[in-house]
Amino acid sequence: MNRKSAVSDILKQKIKGLKCRECGKLYPPVALHVCEFCFGPLEVDYNYDEIKRHISHERIENGPKSLWRYADLLPVEGYPTVGLYAGLTPLIEAKNLGTELGLNRLYIKNDTVNHPTLSFKDRVVAIAITRAKELGFSAVACASTGNLANSVAAHAAEARLQCYVFIPGDLEAGKILGSLIYAPTVIAVNGNYDDVNRLCSEVAGEYNWGFVNINIRPYYAEGSKTLAFETAEQLGWRAPDHVVVPVASGSLLTKIWKGFNELKMLGLIESVPTRVNGAQAEGCSPVATAFKEGRDFIKPVKPKTIAKSIAIGNPADGYYALKAVHESKGAFDTATDGETIEGIKLLARTEGIFAETAGGVTIAVLKKLAMNGLIPKDDTVVAYVTGNGLKTQEAVINAVGDVVRIEPSMDSFEKTLSIKK
Amino acid sequence: MAVKVRIPTPLRKLTDGRGEVEAAGKTIGDLLSDLEERYPGIKERLYDEGGNLRRFVNIYVNDEDIRFMHGSETALSDGDEVSIVPAIAGG
Repeated sequence: MNRKSAVSDILKQKIKGLKCRECGKLYPPVALHVCEFCFGPLEVDYNYDEIKRHISHERIENGPKSLWRYADLLPVEGYPTVGLYAGLTPLIEAKNLGTELGLNRLYIKNDTVNHPTLSFKDRVVAIAITRAKELGFSAVACASTGNLANSVAAHAAEARLQCYVFIPGDLEAGKILGSLIYAPTVIAVNGNYDDVNRLCSEVAGEYNWGFVNINIRPYYAEGSKTLAFETAEQLGWRAPDHVVVPVASGSLLTKIWKGFNELKMLGLIESVPTRVNGAQAEGCSPVATAFKEGRDFIKPVKPKTIAKSIAIGNPADGYYALKAVHESKGAFDTATDGETIEGIKLLARTEGIFAETAGGVTIAVLKKLAMNGLIPKDDTVVAYVTGNGLKTQEAVINAVGDVVRIEPSMDSFEKTLSIKK
Repeated sequence: MAVKVRIPTPLRKLTDGRGEVEAAGKTIGDLLSDLEERYPGIKERLYDEGGNLRRFVNIYVNDEDIRFMHGSETALSDGDEVSIVPAIAGG
């Protein structure tokens, strides 16, 4: 049997259905995200016994050079049809940044170079739109702070589906253009992301669209697990001691934690020593605040931060993100706008990676955790940098130097720069 | 006092499939009790055993989350629009 047909055999039997995370009620694997009894989130219910019989390091390592090498643990039933090149981004040993922060084993998971739209959203969308096609949708949609809109628009173009993306009215120019270029319908809503999200929840109830982060959300969210899978594989099949993850809805952090635990359950890694740390912008930190105040419920906030990609004041998975951080004995911290800009510049100066604002928040919080002694210097640490700085140029445009202007002559060059030969 | 209430998909089996219904009440708490009288069973979907609004239910009055106002005590006026929206969405 060749590899392709082996994958196909498993794929047909790996999904049992959907299951409410709160009350356990079972549903068929359709486009549904909320339990009709308790309003809890529905999650994909896998046939782990079947998966365990087939999965192995070798099988994964022989798979495609994309996140689809983990297809056995992703909620699609057939072969992927869009987003074939998403994932498997570099895990960079960040020696220079590590030296500055006093960390000897620091890695950056660099999703600023994800394919095709330069953020981790290409992972979740590859899965969501492949699944939306399996479920027969001819139109896809999303509520987005920008990166998701870019990715949904790009993948919808590839999949030849109609596309509607809803964004807050005040997004960065790069994020708006980065959607418009694929010619979807871009709906800019006068309001913040939470307003957009609430509106989309209501729209999703009336229109038969595959809203990737609403009715397709149980499948979509699973894509974030691949950040844990790749990290473990790239570290030689082990989980790191610490991760630092930006928190917006809380889904990414929750799924990274789930990903490491799934690998352990399936015997692909020995243990999960990982402490999961959450990073929020100070101007939008409902989950970090709940952590600090020792609450288990999230009080929504009105976001006020330059980190627009993570400006979610009413986070859907905030409760679960909080739980994952507690379970893993991690911590939360926040970054001001100024610290966020410094974080972007620090990562660029030390590692040559240009992150967007969420990445600046992550690096700033990594720095605080290291300074506060919460990350021991010889622990293996992975910071997740999830989006590209070219999309949020407004944030740093006044914080970088200017060009040196000269005439096209040796004389002008030497007089202006006076560099020793 | 009549208030328009938008009903999310998971509750429409209780409202004969309707996505929008009318109900009355001086506050959100009153309104939900009135909804229960008109559409029996709706309250136990929205409240947990302890009598608190479930963790994953969001309620809005004229597009504003009631947690930014006075929660279940938030006052209603004639013509207000209330939306019941599942919290699990987005991100």
